[in-house]
Amino acid sequence: MYQLIDVRKYFDRGGNVVRALDGVSLAIGENDFLAIQGPTGQGKTTLLTLLGGLDRPSSGQVIFDGRDLGALGEGDLAELRAEAFGFVFQTFNLIPTLTAKENVEAALVPFRTGKAERTRKALETLDELGLADRATHLPGELSGGQQQRVAIARALVKDPKVLLADEPTGNLDEDTRDEIVALLERLWRDRGITLVIVTHDSSVARRAQRIAIIKGGRVSVRKEQALAR
Amino acid sequence: MYLTYIRRELRRRSKQAIVIAIGLAIGIGLVMTVSATSAGVKAAQGKVLHSLYGVGTDMTVTKTAAAGKSGFEHFGNFNFGRSSSTTHPKAGTHLSRNSLTAEIGQATLPASDVTKVASLDGVSAATGGLQLTDTSFSGTIPSFNSSGGFSSSSGSSVHTNFNIGTFTVDGIQITKSGVGPLTSSDISKGKFFTTADNTKDVAIVSSSYATQEKLKVGSDLKVAGKELKVIGIASTGSSSTDVYIPLGTAQKLAKMKNDVTTIYVSATSANDVSTVASAVHKVLPKATVTTSATLANEVSGSIKSAANLASKLGKWLSFAALIVAFIIAGLLMMAAVSRRVREFGTLKAIGWRTRRIVSQVMGEGVALGLGGGVLGILLGIGGSSMVSAISPKLSATVGPSFDTSGGASPVDFGNGGGGAPFGGSFPGASSHRPSAHGVGDAARSVAVHLTAPLQGNDILLAVVLAVAGGVVAGAFGCWRAARLRPAAALRRIE
Ligand SMILES: Nc1ncnc2c1ncn2[C@@H]1O[C@H](COP(=O)(O)OP(=O)(O)OP(=O)(O)O)[C@@H](O)[C@H]1O
Ligand SMILES: [Mg+2]
Repeated sequence: MYQLIDVRKYFDRGGNVVRALDGVSLAIGENDFLAIQGPTGQGKTTLLTLLGGLDRPSSGQVIFDGRDLGALGEGDLAELRAEAFGFVFQTFNLIPTLTAKENVEAALVPFRTGKAERTRKALETLDELGLADRATHLPGELSGGQQQRVAIARALVKDPKVLLADEPTGNLDEDTRDEIVALLERLWRDRGITLVIVTHDSSVARRAQRIAIIKGGRVSVRKEQALAR
Repeated sequence: MYLTYIRRELRRRSKQAIVIAIGLAIGIGLVMTVSATSAGVKAAQGKVLHSLYGVGTDMTVTKTAAAGKSGFEHFGNFNFGRSSSTTHPKAGTHLSRNSLTAEIGQATLPASDVTKVASLDGVSAATGGLQLTDTSFSGTIPSFNSSGGFSSSSGSSVHTNFNIGTFTVDGIQITKSGVGPLTSSDISKGKFFTTADNTKDVAIVSSSYATQEKLKVGSDLKVAGKELKVIGIASTGSSSTDVYIPLGTAQKLAKMKNDVTTIYVSATSANDVSTVASAVHKVLPKATVTTSATLANEVSGSIKSAANLASKLGKWLSFAALIVAFIIAGLLMMAAVSRRVREFGTLKAIGWRTRRIVSQVMGEGVALGLGGGVLGILLGIGGSSMVSAISPKLSATVGPSFDTSGGASPVDFGNGGGGAPFGGSFPGASSHRPSAHGVGDAARSVAVHLTAPLQGNDILLAVVLAVAGGVVAGAFGCWRAARLRPAAALRRIE
């Protein structure tokens, strides 16, 4: 599914170059569950933006389903983001002025989905995540765990191939963390999606099939868990 | 989704939205008020033109005298005493003189110019007229102090008992066309002139002058010392004219044979007026052509200030306010977008195209613009109705370069000169500057009330400006939004 070949990402910050990624090679298979760990500031988020087509590598190739993301035009990238990638953020990133249902619907805006169909899909996905009774609430009226579930619903409503999560439990307490991780795991198994989670939290990483450690802009896959779960 | 999102976002930052909308509204309201006032000033100029020169008149052709010429000479040529004008008449001498002269500062045109103008394309009719002032002067010479003459600044009161009476006289060409200050339909009593009257000693007086002087049809009236028979009373027509006489009679009495002071022109079509005006100007390059659009330039009085105010300061000010409002709206919009970096980054991350985000921001701008437009139209309606309600009086006086607004005048001839210091030199003395104010009392002035009528165009203009303001504000925001990277969604900075 993913093939990363000698990927580098440099940021030029007022003359001094930050080498966020410095020669990353990595393969991620279909329906993989990969956890990315590493100390702060080592390029985890940067790697995720490249996987999700939010940014382009300075050099090297990020190949997704045979297409080099760095070589795609902005329109094609936007299309891929809309169709293939679902994003979950540490800070939930819900649109504060839209209700839970509308936030989920926002993910369908790039498609020519009819209004009724859009609403139906959004409510169905919220229901799947146990939020049917929160559909008309604004993000500010929801708990952190609920907000993250709305965000996950937003990522899932379009049936993405890949779910990319950047510290999805970073802002949650332990109980909620376990609940969200369990949810992601269930979705990964039930839906057959590819799941990539960036996390500091070893208890989250332990659930993954593989753990990639980033340090100094390079990746080493430390653990191959042959999970038969 | 599109509209919901716009509505919710604007409600979220309602304070800022209100500031932007009010800013745009003030700009739009000002532009509307100024535009309506300009229309009002134009209408006032038209009213003044018709009031001074008759309803059918689209333009007048006159000629300005070189400074210090023309009318002054006539005025200065009062002949005091049979023998000499170089010595002061003796105290106690009774004087009574009368003169019929053109307005001060007004030169004459040869009557042949009337035919020239009449034959131009687009001119439906042209007639000539003589605008004159009859000044009668009577009184007893007061005793002088030893230095001779009397000063207006010393404050020593010199008791005079002069009477100066003035009234305006229009010599009108009698034609079938009806162009000019008086037509047969203006006659309320008696009859109008016939072509046979051209040099006869007949007159028509305005109803107000008739009331003032207790004149009736059949009364006698002295113009330039000559007895004329009143044959009609005019209830309408030029509001600044007291007495109408046939042109031939006027030329004879004023000793201005073959001269006219004014050519009254009517155009075939109202749309042709400016074209005809420039054609006339070509034929008579030294003459002044006045249309309702240019009237304010040719007269003195507050209408001139109003026209200047509306066309220069008002327009400049209102457009400046509008531009400032646009820029403020744009900057506030841009700031608002900057605060939503994460929000828009997230939308980009979930697949929204830049185009879609830009149109969202643009939609917010246009919504603000329309809100400002509605408020602005209300302000504009308020502003223009306020102008109409105050209804300031605009005065216009024919005759260049003299302020005859009165009030501040140190000399008031109108009330028989009871104790007022006599400004200016005594006729016959060396100075050629008689007091302008003295004659100004008889000058042709009219006053009209200014209204500020809002037209459909003004509303349309407001809507266009509102949308434009919204688009400008939106564009500032979009410029910012289009530069957002989707990766911004994952950055911690708020
Ligand atoms: N847009 C950018 N401009 C300049 N430097 C950047 C930019 N994005 C990331 N960096 C730098 O690249 C490096 C890697 O950042 P990144 O956010 O990927 O780290 P991280 O591993 O996600 O850290 P954390 O655990 O704190 O989230 C950091 O030094 C960061 O300052
Ligand atoms: Mg990070």
